[in-house]
Amino acid sequence: MKAALAAAPRDTVSAAIQAAAARGRPALVGFLTAGFPTRLKFKDNLAAVASVCDVVEIGVPFTDPMADGTTVQRASFVALADGVTLPWILEELKSLGERHAAPILLMSYLNPLLKFGLEALPRAAAAAGVAGFIVPDLPFEESDDLKRALDREGLALVQMVTPVTPPERLAMLCRDAQGFVYAVTMTGTTGTPKGATEVPPDVLEYMDRVKRCSNVPVCAGFGIRSREQVARFAGHVDGVVVGSALVEVLERGEDVRAFLRSLREPP
Amino acid sequence: MNSLPRTAAATVGFPDARGRYGAFGGRYVPETLVPALDRLQAGVERYLNNAEFQAEFNHELKTWAGRPTALSAAPNLSKRWGAEVWLKREDLAHTGAHKINNAVGQTLLAKRLGAKRIIAETGAGQHGVASAAAAARLGMPCVVYMGAVDVERQSPNVGRMQLLGATVVPVTGGDATLRAAIDEALRDWVSDPNATYYCIGSAVGPHPYPYLVRELQAVIGREARAQMLAQAGGLPDVAVACVGGGSNAIGLFHPFLGDTAVTLLGVEAGGRGAGLGDNAASLTRGTPGVLQGSYTLILQDAYGQVRETHSVSAGLDYSGVGPEHAYLMKSGRVAYESATDDEALDALAECAKFEGILPAIESAHAFFGARRYAQAHPGARILIGCSGRGDKDMPILQRTLLKDLGR
Repeated sequence: MKAALAAAPRDTVSAAIQAAAARGRPALVGFLTAGFPTRLKFKDNLAAVASVCDVVEIGVPFTDPMADGTTVQRASFVALADGVTLPWILEELKSLGERHAAPILLMSYLNPLLKFGLEALPRAAAAAGVAGFIVPDLPFEESDDLKRALDREGLALVQMVTPVTPPERLAMLCRDAQGFVYAVTMTGTTGTPKGATEVPPDVLEYMDRVKRCSNVPVCAGFGIRSREQVARFAGHVDGVVVGSALVEVLERGEDVRAFLRSLREPP
Repeated sequence: MNSLPRTAAATVGFPDARGRYGAFGGRYVPETLVPALDRLQAGVERYLNNAEFQAEFNHELKTWAGRPTALSAAPNLSKRWGAEVWLKREDLAHTGAHKINNAVGQTLLAKRLGAKRIIAETGAGQHGVASAAAAARLGMPCVVYMGAVDVERQSPNVGRMQLLGATVVPVTGGDATLRAAIDEALRDWVSDPNATYYCIGSAVGPHPYPYLVRELQAVIGREARAQMLAQAGGLPDVAVACVGGGSNAIGLFHPFLGDTAVTLLGVEAGGRGAGLGDNAASLTRGTPGVLQGSYTLILQDAYGQVRETHSVSAGLDYSGVGPEHAYLMKSGRVAYESATDDEALDALAECAKFEGILPAIESAHAFFGARRYAQAHPGARILIGCSGRGDKDMPILQRTLLKDLGR
């Protein structure tokens, strides 16, 4: 499958987002916690998310998810109690009959990656079809070791930026960004509902600023849960990340595909 | 023992510009907090050694917090142990423990940085009480995150915090102890990084906190060192402190690092045994990893998941430890061992009965470590950091020591 001249895995992430944007809509990046609500259902849930989303983010559960709100915390603790581990996630992905068209990113706090070993991680992740990582507790200044390791397999380390990132720092973070720039919509944890579903003008202005700095696509994330919000972001960013809202759909046992489609088009 | 040289130069120069103590330390936080930590760093550089700040800090410590705290001879423990025992009495400091030193210093800094509110985490409640008191004095609102398990076992401190005007938020997630409280405080801070000041209670977390807390707590060791010279006529052979996150230990040890003849001994919580989950001995039983902003030694499983801990003392019940302690252990300058729940309670009872001092259960770990040292080194001159008083521990002492007495 992999031709000698094939693009690095991280480029498939940018390409998938750009392809959606080229069709005139923000790309949809869907997040699910691995093995939530049960390990047994992981592959089915993943397939459902991948069938609608342009990129899939799989959350590696962690005992101390300091950047996550209550929904993802809860999902993480359930998954951990069910025995979900990083090696298990990679095995599950490796054993998929057919790879999903949507590129897969792993979102993990740093410690589970360190324990797996930065030597072994890139090869194992690439073999499982993972295109890159998002590490919420790893700021740019501490990221050299992981970035160098992931480079060996052409995997992305996705950079986050926030509304309180000063301009010079924003420029620096965007300059080296891989895959896409993850523009956090607000100061806060994942899933935090702030002002229900509206998107204030200053958030869009901030997205425009990020967009001007970045050579790779920009996706907005944190607190996005409605079609109205997604529509507001259109034209300002290349994609949106939907996390906690999707995890809540999984938690309630509702139709994942229907929910994700509803973010794009009227029901 | 190892043969690494115990020189001042090997230890006093840290942290480096990146907040590292050798391999340990650093700054592992969400991007949202990076500008806030940069501002804190700039504030620390601008104010910490500034004469006006130091004057106000020292004035508050002296006229409000009750410093300097006494150095007490412990004649009865000395006789019983066959040693010369001295106690650095942080239990006499305002609010009942060394925590007040750090809380006063950080709230003064927060004020200068323009913060509108103070948040803090607490385990035993001592740092929460100290933060609430310092915030009340400076007229700033204060929110304290406290694990639900600790709210129950350290209930006298919850009421104290409330009387001091703080809002106490019980944390039920995770292990519902100190680690979960820190996670929740970090989430609060991520939500409001500009107006909120996170007053962290131990020498843990992302740079510059371990450095800042050490500098504010080093008053313990500076006083103790001068008092030993004046009262005992010389430096101790060994200084002993309990280690949870490690703020009282680093505060006591740091001014002695250059005194290579002084052995430094940290005592961790050995809990009910050696198994993972049965203790809180991150230094003696942990492995390297990243927890709550810092690369340090942590108690974790084979998949990098942080393990719950057990200790009879809420203040030591933590899966990580300050990065400088990890470095001081690797460098060989400080020796670390542990005392079990029962050993600590036994040492607490002995000190109370024979010296008329009820130490905190945390501090009692240091007393046990000191007694063990005395047994191996007859006649030694021993300085014990009595980091806090045990009044807050009455609910747990009712269920343990007092129950055994049949009361």
